[in-house]
Formats: sequence, C-alpha cells, structure tokens
Amino acid sequence: MRAIILEQVDRLLAAQSGAPALRRLEAGEWPEELWEALEGLGLPLLLVPEELGGIGLGWADAAAVWLVIGRYAAPAPVAECMLANGLAAAAGIEPRGGFSSFGQTAPFGRFAAQLLLEAGAGRLALHAPGAATPGQNIAREPRDAMTPGALLAEGALPNSHGPRALRLGHALLRAALIAGAVEHALALAVDWANTRKQFGRALAKFQAIQQQLAVVASEAAAVSVAVSAAARAVDARGLEGAWFEIACAKVVAGEAAQTTAATIHQVFAAIGITEDHELHNTTRRLWSWRDEGGSERAWAGEIGRNTLAQGGAALWPDITARDIP
Amino acid sequence: MRFELPSLPGGSAGLRAELRAFLAEAGRDWTPAVRARSWMGFDREFSRELGARGWIGMVWPKAYGGHERSGLERVVVLEELLAVGAPVGAHWIGDRQSGPLILRRGTEEQRRKILPGIASGKLAFCIGLSEPEAGSDLAALRTKAERVPGGWKLNGRKIWTTNAHLSDWMIALVRTSPAPEGGSRHAGLSQLLVDLRLSGISIRPIRDLLGEESFNEVTFDDVLLPEDALLGEEGAGWAQATEELALERSGPERYLSSLPALTLGLDALRDVPGADVAVGRMVARLNTLRGMSLSVAGMLEAGEAPAQEAALVKDAGNDFEQRLPEQIRALLEPEDMPEDLRALLADLTQLAPTFSLRGGTREILRGIIARELGLR
Repeated sequence: MRAIILEQVDRLLAAQSGAPALRRLEAGEWPEELWEALEGLGLPLLLVPEELGGIGLGWADAAAVWLVIGRYAAPAPVAECMLANGLAAAAGIEPRGGFSSFGQTAPFGRFAAQLLLEAGAGRLALHAPGAATPGQNIAREPRDAMTPGALLAEGALPNSHGPRALRLGHALLRAALIAGAVEHALALAVDWANTRKQFGRALAKFQAIQQQLAVVASEAAAVSVAVSAAARAVDARGLEGAWFEIACAKVVAGEAAQTTAATIHQVFAAIGITEDHELHNTTRRLWSWRDEGGSERAWAGEIGRNTLAQGGAALWPDITARDIP
Repeated sequence: MRFELPSLPGGSAGLRAELRAFLAEAGRDWTPAVRARSWMGFDREFSRELGARGWIGMVWPKAYGGHERSGLERVVVLEELLAVGAPVGAHWIGDRQSGPLILRRGTEEQRRKILPGIASGKLAFCIGLSEPEAGSDLAALRTKAERVPGGWKLNGRKIWTTNAHLSDWMIALVRTSPAPEGGSRHAGLSQLLVDLRLSGISIRPIRDLLGEESFNEVTFDDVLLPEDALLGEEGAGWAQATEELALERSGPERYLSSLPALTLGLDALRDVPGADVAVGRMVARLNTLRGMSLSVAGMLEAGEAPAQEAALVKDAGNDFEQRLPEQIRALLEPEDMPEDLRALLADLTQLAPTFSLRGGTREILRGIIARELGLR
C-alpha cells in the first residue's frame, strides 16, 4: 500500500511541481489543480482511519510520503493537511473536506477551510478559519496569524498522543520534509558536479568537492534514519510516547539543513544564488522548515534537560529501553 | 544507499539485563584508562570469561564453537560492552571479522581448527593490511608469498598492526602473483592465515604518543607457511578483504568509543548553563548513529554486503566520537571536572586522532561515499 501511494505521489509531483509552480505558490496563489489531484489520491485523509472515511495508514507511511513531498519542495500544503486531519480524527473529530491547517500561525492559513488548535489538557478544537493576517517564512510560504472563527467540533486525544500532539506532529512533519529536501539538494549538486567543468575537468573529479558532498550524503542518511525511527515510534507509542525520537529527528534535521544548504551553495557557486536557478527553492525551505515545529535548539534543550535530570548512569539504559520490539 | 531500521529480536531486553549485571561486577575495578581504550584494550582473561558465557562467536554454528544466535543479538552484546568501555580487544578482531571470514571462506578444516578457539576467547587475531608503503593506498602492498613445496614462503612487512605483539594469528593480505602488466593492482592478492609463533616472524612494538606499546611492525623473513594457510581463493584477496571491511566498519565501536566520557560527564554538567542544548545535540546524534549502525547490522544479517553504507556509518560515527570529548571540554573547566572524568578525557584526547584513521581514514571513506553517489 505504502509503495503504491509513494509512487503515485512521486509521479504526480514530478508532473506538477517545479519552479513555476513554486513561484505561483510563493506569490500567494492556491495550487488548485494540484490540490484536486492530491485529493484524488486521498492524501489529505491518509492518516484518518477507514471507519472515518480515510485511508487508515500509519505515521511511518505518512512520514515516507512527507519525505517525497520534501523532495519536490512541497508545492502544496498537503503534508500539513494530513497532519491536521489525522490528529483531528485521533481526537474523534470527523474530517471535513477542503484544506485543513493548524496552529495560531497557520501554514497557508488564508486558504484554510478549517483550523485545528490545541484546546488544553489533550483536547483539540476544530474552528472555522476566521480572519487571517498574512505572513510568510523565508521560503515565502504563507504563514498566517489566525483569529479563529466559530468552534466546529472538539475532542480529546488518546493519552499516548499527549497534550502537545500538534507540536510534536509538526516537528516530525518538518523533519520529514527536510529529509526529502536534503536528498533533493544533494541530487542537484551531484548532477551539477558531473556536468560543470573547471580547469578542464568536471567538478566531480575534484577531491575537495567529493569530500564535501560525502558529508551531505551522510547527513541525508542521518535525517532519513532519524525520521523513520521517530515515525515508527509514533506508530508504536503515540506522539508523546515518541517525543524523544521526534526531538532527535528535528535536531538532526535542523543541523542537516544548515550543513546541506551551506555546502550545496558552495558547490554551485554564483549560479546557485540566482533567482533563475532552482536550488534556492529547496535551500530557502531548509532554512524555513528548521525553524518551524521547534528549532533544533528548542528540542535539543528538551532532550538535554531530560538527560541531565536522569544522570549519566541512565543515559544508555534509557536509550536502549526505547527499542521497539 | 539504503538504511532501514531492523526490529531487534525478542528477548534482547533480557540479554541486555544479563550483560549489565555481569559488567557491573566484572567492571568494578576498571580505571578510566581501561574504559578509554575499550576495544583497543587487551585482556585475555576477560575475553575468556565472555567466551565462557557464550558472548563471542554468537552467530556461528555450534559445530564450530558458536551459539547460533542472531546477528542482532550479537549487536546487543557489543553495544553493552562498548557502552561501559569494556576491554574487549583480545577477541574483538576475531569475533568481528577474522572469524566470520574463516566461516565464509575457509575450509572445513580451517573452521574446525580455529573458530572454537576464537569463540572461547582463547585465540586473538590481528589485521594484516597496512604496510610501510601501503597505507590508504592498500593495493600498493608489497608483502608477498611464493609457492614452495609444501606451502608458501612469506616475505615482507606489515605495520600499525594493533596488538600484534599479543595476538596468536594474523590474517594477512599479500601478493601471491604479480599484478598483470597494465591490469588491476587488485589482481594477484590473497589472504593468508599466519600463525604468529612461526619462525622468521619478528614483531616489534612501536611506542605511541601515550608512551604505550599498542601497535607494531611485523616482519616476515622467509616464513614457511603450510599449504592450508591460504584463506579462501588464491587471487581473490582484494574482494575478500573488501567484504571484511563491511564487517569492520559499521559496528557500534565506530561511534561509541567516547561514550563513557558522556556518561561520566553528564553528572558534572548538570548545573552548567547552556549544557542542556549541547547535551541534547550530542544525544540526538548518538541515538541517530545507533539507528544507522543497526540498519547496517540488519542488512548484514539479511546476507547483504553493505560496504558503502558501512563506510558512511563509520565516517559519521568517527566524527561524533572524535568531537564528543571536545564538546564536554567546551562546557567544563578542567578544574571543575571530577578526577575520573579528567583522566578519561586526557586519554580520549590522545586516542581520538586514531578514530578517523583506524579501519580506513576519513578521506578514504568519503571517497567511497562519493563514488557511490556517482561522483569521480
């Protein structure tokens, strides 16, 4: 099932993504045609159980889809909608059609049909979107300050998801998108290094270039492993039960975003910072997404405080106790 | 490259608990110096004790002294040993690569003769790869073995051989026929099982920067080896050695070498401002590297040969274990460190340069990764 969906998403985004689509998105246009196609695949309801009309896949499946979306620089906010609908359903709120966003600073909030908010004590509330004050991140993706409208529905999350499920889910989502974006930036650079010639030979022949790109490959592997470990932990123990793995994934993703953007721009040199070149579509998202869903500093702080409180003797036992049988 | 997390086998929590109880007792008197050296430390008695408990050669058939456990159970044992810096060097090489190589490529007679000795912790192996003129450029090696009546005559020199002076056997990569004119230097190489007690072998320890004798120069002067010293196929030495490196490069020893410093350091860092974020970054990396290393273990268990993935895990792991002592030092003044932490960091600081040298340098590993990416 997962393989089929991944292939469908990949094929769809390969056809309907790219620089012009991203430029329209950043100019404030809603990607209507793509959105309909994504809805056609049932993607917004991927995390929604079948009895509520969804596809009923798990978090590991969702994260794998998010990674593919990240490779294409997320030409539509479908990952966000998957998260909002999935969590709403987990709180017993029946999904509605159209684009669902979440949070006070909502991704693409101006386009939302409904807005999911934390309502305290592990409860989630679905609101009419209300008024949106437009804003954007570094990637010029809409990030709108919302004044929520009427309450549409409310429900309690299971304890395993805990009272900060939205924040945790958001962190996992961003880490997964970053994993895909890192892979894409690396692929662009490998292609460029094999094509571009200086001193009479391809950049790829230079050890200085090889060594730098090898480091990015290592970071790509790290983020993807951290993300799949986190998603698997959510499937096993819920979002709060997986807070540690999610935090690790977001820290590693944030660090990888920095290393990747810096290194790949260095490899591309001047052409890579032109508006015409597609590289910035990915690197601006890396710089944006690392800040969203909690920065690496925020999550590392939480891991660190917890680790310090438990003490040295507990470090290794605690890590290994989290293994999923 | 592909990384997929394996599931750890049922019962691994019980195995961990068993190891921890044993190590709490066995490691009572290990000094910071012992823990800093860990898998470079050589303690035959401790290895025999592990062998007696069935924790060496765990995955090998019982017929050869093994215990027919899964490869992932073996990883559980390795992790627990390394997490406390246990001195496991006397059996580490045999368990990790020499034994598996003999099991895979050796004759029935070689298996029966050697594997039970490794599994019981009685036979120690060392790695015969580097030579004075062949470091990263391994294929430049010159040590050669010629066929003579009844076996082989070995001449040449291996260097930087960790614990050769304490070991019983070496698996040496040597030239058994000249490289073809204009052809690959990888042709004509073979692996030989060398009994280090044979005459004509001299082992000279090379004092290291710690003032210790841990690595050696091993000289072969007309050493007569029996016919059955040949391991695997004549001329297939390069491919066999590459296969061995996938085993050598991805294990938990590639990121856990400095872990005892973090374990000890945490208690001293508790009230240090800013330590939380720095510690969190280290722990996030630690947990992720563990996942990467386990992924490769899962592939090895499935019978794959993840040479490139192993190179990547080693490179990333070395970076982590090399920086870890520096990161702790960045948070704590020397005078604020407890004595055991200061001693551990002092040793780790001097050992750390080897982390990205042993088993393939950083530059070689990154070259392997780059080639896999399609560069070069």
